[in-house]
Amino acid sequence: MITIIDYGLGNLGSVKNALDKLGINSLISKSTTDIEKADGLIFPGVGAAGEGMKNITREKLDKIIKQEVSKGKPILGICLGMQLFMSRSEEGNVNCLNIVEGLVQKFMTQLKVPQIGWNTVQIEKDAKLFVDIPQNSYFYFVHSYYCLPTNKVAIGKTTYETQFCSALQKDNIYGVQFHPEKSGSSGLQLLKNFTKIVYENNTSN
Amino acid sequence: MLAKRIIPCLDVDNGRVVKGVNFVQLKDAGDPVELAKFYYQEGADELVFLDITASSDNRKTMIEVVKKVAQELFIPFTVGGGIRSVQDIKGILLAGADKVAVNTAAIKTPQLISEGARMFGNQCIVVAIDAKKNRRKWEVYINGGRTPTGIGVLDWAQQVAKLGAGEILLTSMDRDGTKKGFDINLTKVISESVAIPVIASGGAGTKEDFMAVLKEGKADAALAASLFHFGEFSISEVKEYLIDNKIEVRK
Repeated sequence: MITIIDYGLGNLGSVKNALDKLGINSLISKSTTDIEKADGLIFPGVGAAGEGMKNITREKLDKIIKQEVSKGKPILGICLGMQLFMSRSEEGNVNCLNIVEGLVQKFMTQLKVPQIGWNTVQIEKDAKLFVDIPQNSYFYFVHSYYCLPTNKVAIGKTTYETQFCSALQKDNIYGVQFHPEKSGSSGLQLLKNFTKIVYENNTSN
Repeated sequence: MLAKRIIPCLDVDNGRVVKGVNFVQLKDAGDPVELAKFYYQEGADELVFLDITASSDNRKTMIEVVKKVAQELFIPFTVGGGIRSVQDIKGILLAGADKVAVNTAAIKTPQLISEGARMFGNQCIVVAIDAKKNRRKWEVYINGGRTPTGIGVLDWAQQVAKLGAGEILLTSMDRDGTKKGFDINLTKVISESVAIPVIASGGAGTKEDFMAVLKEGKADAALAASLFHFGEFSISEVKEYLIDNKIEVRK
């Protein structure tokens, strides 16, 4: 079972709808038990980093997420969820979960911010999260900030005037800046791939 | 590179899509879910549902429509029409819409934009502006284009951007329904004076019209209704034409 972590922000229903459509068993919850017993976790989010971290610490979700991630449980952060994996965000100047080293920065561009719409992802070869997804596929983005990881964890890159990390993997931690649940068939494939990773992980343990 | 978006708009009356939609492929051309899926397969980048239900008693029906669409459609969609309060916005978003479009209520209570943006994020607040040219100036109209406001379109566009709108849906009333092409001038002036995306609407008649508004008009997206509904040409045909003319769209 996959638990979609509820920290009071964002479009949780959309992720659940997409998983339902794919026949993947999931649950929206913030309870420690549901997070502990899950085979994999999805950490979504739309909104501001400051507000997000406030809710996460209040609900003591930071400790439980770190605990489960350190056990090797696969987790997929979506949009703000991916950003909250980093060490620190410029948005509201807050410390984040720090499970992936790096910063979250605002777009400095003449282009319109937020970036809203479909943009291509240049996929790193052999990235498991992108199996059966063609190179330079379009995904749906809505964001003003982006991740700047310290280490080479990017598995997808996108250009919005400058090139940024639009997908990352550090061991069992996966993050995507775009919304797979709103990216049509490519997005559904990505969620299917993540689920496969989750259950492969489960059998190998 | 960020792609330009092509967005079909569906009018919904009491839970049913109206306005002569007629596709042989569809079993039930009035079913919003079936039409949404059809347009998705055709290559629509987003969808807009406009609730034209007159009676407020029937508005709950729209919430049910939104829930059903959200279970089957995995691209973003916006819902507009008759949204008056933060409660209305919340209801639509909780049902599964990605964005709401506000029009008349935003003119009457501009705080609806700032409050909505603060509570749910800028990205989900679309301000729809109906523009009509009077002498030399474009004026904002409300109540479905029936009531002039005396407010200039440029001023209002800049104000809504400042208040926290995530996008502007700009309709030229002069062009709407004429098939004479989008109002390039209007779109360009507004798009160049705000830092948020502008969706151009009103007047699409040919594939060239889409190219003109996305290129010269500097629109980020183009919306059309009857053109696609009557099947004069398909979304994929428009996209092929745009690709041939070096405009970035999602294939």
